[in-house]
Amino acid sequence: MIKIENLKKKFDKNEALKGVSLTLGEGTVAAVMGPNGSGKTTMLKCILGLVKADSGSIYVNDCHVNGECEYRKHIGYMPQYSCFPENLKVKEVMAMIKDIRGNNCTYDEELLEKLKIAEMNDKQIGQLSGGMKQRVSSAAAFLFGGDIIILDEPTAGLDPVSSEIVKNKILAEKAKGKLIIITSHIVSEVEAMADRIIYMLEGKIYFDSTKDELYSTTGKGNLNQAIASLIETAESEGKN
Amino acid sequence: MTTLKILKYVLYDVLRSKMIIIYTLLLFAISFGIIYTGKDVSKAVISLLNIVLLVVPLVSIIFGTIHFYNSKEFMEMLLAMPVKRKNIFWAEYAGLSAALAAGFVLGTGLPLLLYGGAKGSFYLLLSGVFLTFIFTALAFLASVINKDKAKGIGISLVVWFYMSVIFDALVLVLYFVFSSYPLEKATIIVSALNPVDLARILILLKLDVSALMGYTGATLQQFFGSAFGILFSMGFLFLWVLMPTLLALSVFNRKNF
Amino acid sequence: MNKIKYILIILAITALNSFGKEIIVNPGESIKSAVQLSVKGDRVIVKEGLYKEAEILIDKPIELIGEGYPTIDGFSKGEIIIIRSDSVTVKGFYVNNSGFSGMRDYAAIRIEDSKHCNILSNKLINNYFGIYLAGCDSCNVMYNEAASNAVTESSSGNGIHLWKCSYILVKNNTLTGHRDGIYFEFATFSRAENNSSFNNVRYGLHFMFSHNDEYVNNVFANNGAGVAVMYTKNVKMYNNRFEFNNGANSYGLLLKEITDSYIENNNFTGNTVGIYSEGGTRLLIAGNEFNSNGYALKMLGNCTDDTVRGNNFSSNTFDVTTNSSRNSNLFMGNYWDKYKGYDLDKNGTGDVPYRPVSLFSKIVEETPEAVFLLRSFVADLLDMAERVVPVFTPESLIDETPKMNRVIN
Repeated sequence: MIKIENLKKKFDKNEALKGVSLTLGEGTVAAVMGPNGSGKTTMLKCILGLVKADSGSIYVNDCHVNGECEYRKHIGYMPQYSCFPENLKVKEVMAMIKDIRGNNCTYDEELLEKLKIAEMNDKQIGQLSGGMKQRVSSAAAFLFGGDIIILDEPTAGLDPVSSEIVKNKILAEKAKGKLIIITSHIVSEVEAMADRIIYMLEGKIYFDSTKDELYSTTGKGNLNQAIASLIETAESEGKN
Repeated sequence: MTTLKILKYVLYDVLRSKMIIIYTLLLFAISFGIIYTGKDVSKAVISLLNIVLLVVPLVSIIFGTIHFYNSKEFMEMLLAMPVKRKNIFWAEYAGLSAALAAGFVLGTGLPLLLYGGAKGSFYLLLSGVFLTFIFTALAFLASVINKDKAKGIGISLVVWFYMSVIFDALVLVLYFVFSSYPLEKATIIVSALNPVDLARILILLKLDVSALMGYTGATLQQFFGSAFGILFSMGFLFLWVLMPTLLALSVFNRKNF
Repeated sequence: MNKIKYILIILAITALNSFGKEIIVNPGESIKSAVQLSVKGDRVIVKEGLYKEAEILIDKPIELIGEGYPTIDGFSKGEIIIIRSDSVTVKGFYVNNSGFSGMRDYAAIRIEDSKHCNILSNKLINNYFGIYLAGCDSCNVMYNEAASNAVTESSSGNGIHLWKCSYILVKNNTLTGHRDGIYFEFATFSRAENNSSFNNVRYGLHFMFSHNDEYVNNVFANNGAGVAVMYTKNVKMYNNRFEFNNGANSYGLLLKEITDSYIENNNFTGNTVGIYSEGGTRLLIAGNEFNSNGYALKMLGNCTDDTVRGNNFSSNTFDVTTNSSRNSNLFMGNYWDKYKGYDLDKNGTGDVPYRPVSLFSKIVEETPEAVFLLRSFVADLLDMAERVVPVFTPESLIDETPKMNRVIN
């Protein structure tokens, strides 16, 4: 579904991506992890077309990403921070997304109901709490049923109930054969949802493997330990 | 079409913003005050002229800059949808400048209209609308080339101050330095370099036509005395809207969010 | 008693005889021969119709009266009616199409060296000169309309032209499309009243060396260069309107070498320059309205001992300008709409003096192109600074008693 080949990007002198290649298929929850500044947000923004890569290419559903916008109709996106204009009402935001996406997309009423969007309908975005904004934002990402969904820190700021709803939604969408890419710092969350871990460090993919592979190569029983041991090995190799 | 769809929601947002409402009410109060306390309505238009030339550009460029930075995340969200960048840009630009222009026309035009419309009112409003569109465009240009909000606002303020004060002071100095040369054509060329001056001339051609006609040189006489001056000013004001907008758009198209 | 009655009747009959008989001219007949046939005191009555005649010479005191506005068409051949006798009256004609010449001043009606003539209620269309009085005395020119289609100064003549005349009354005439609407040269003790002179190529009213005249209640509008008054003493100009005379060399009223004259209660609206005064001495400029002019009052440095009093200045771009750094004229008790002073004792007179000459107007005087910066923030700033600390504008050009409200005249 998504194929990235030797992607490079420099901001002034700072090399954010130093040649990233990656292939992601359907029915997967892929977690992109790594410390701040490792290039994960830049990579996601390249997929979304928000950042224009210096070299390399990206294919989304066999469509080359080169400035055209049509491929994005397959993608749902939930940014890390809520981003809707302050003075719009919730129902206007939903209507806007519907307007822009076109009327032929399916409209996920069930999720809206679960996230209790309707009861906020007449409130303006500026009046909502951070958690409420995230609920709107996540609803917006899933709303129209695109087959690739990109979520930047999806559960940060969500109350436990909503967080559960979103997690379940992710798993349900995966079962439908969609590709879901998330970034998260919460390892337990990743462990619960992801079946593929992509760990980035200094603009490169440090490792990319399924959760099961990770456990078997490191011999550890949980994700936290497995990642830690991988990084330790790397550092000791670096010292040698 | 896509532009219009987005424009609708940008307008919903901006028209509800406190800044626009305060701006409109303030203009209304000032205009109303000037017109109704003054003895002479054509004098009121002259006082309003100063407001149009100073306040409208300032509010447009500052509010435009702030709005652009505040809308950055929203634009990112829109960009992740199947929408062309230029659609987003035009929607944001059109929405904001139209809202500011509407605020201005309402705030200043309504008192003038209630009074029955003084000489020069139409060109006063037209100039104000032009300046709104121009300075919003300059605001977008300043914002789009700068990631840092504080720096962007700083640049906007400098641009405003330059256009409103420094430029004319420099022109005056040039007049003194080159007073022994014929400056007719230079004057016309120079006027095209500053939209605030163009807007001022547009109003003056209606308000002070008697004084402007007193000039003996043929080129300026023709400029001030006929439709040529109005066409010239409007043409260049239009260019002043177009150029920064297209420049900002081309940067916007290449920008990394 | 009866005797007296008879005497009166006889007197009346002889009087009627001496006032002459009536001669009727019908279309197809000649006015010229009717005039030749007439004798002193006759009345030649011309019936409605078209008469193609020129050079009708009237050399005896008769009345030439048109009934129902007959038209005398000169077919562009020389002059149409020439009067060389005292006490002639010409009334009620269309007099059209005099000759045009670069050599001679052809007129529709010319009066030479005559007294007590009346030119009344004629309509003069498309003539070189309209009514031309030379060397006349005590004549009346009233209720005439002269309209021509002048394009350039050199190829056009004047509506009413006076040369070396005295005691002429020019009243209730309408003059348009000529070079000068009314022109007085060496015309003294004359009066122009209630005339309307507009859309003339050069001046609405033009006079030179014409002393002791009065101009009252006239309207001068949209003329190429306004009204010019030159080299004259003791002129009275009251209640006239000077309107919309716009252009590079255009003035409401141009004064040149005028002394001991009175300009009162006139209205100057929408002119490039309201009054331009060069060498005006001992003038009284009082009670005038200056409204929406480019420059209300331009007084050059050679104007002395003038008094500018009780005028209203409103909505002018510049109120007063001068090319001099000195001032020898008196400004007092005017209303200036740009005045920003206060009146604590509520006596109607501002407590701080007003300086009507702005620094920016000085700048424009020296660098005319700088008019481009008119009403810019920078120009306003300069004016404000100069008002507080006058450096460049004449210090004594100051109204010590500016009025808080419009002066009612």
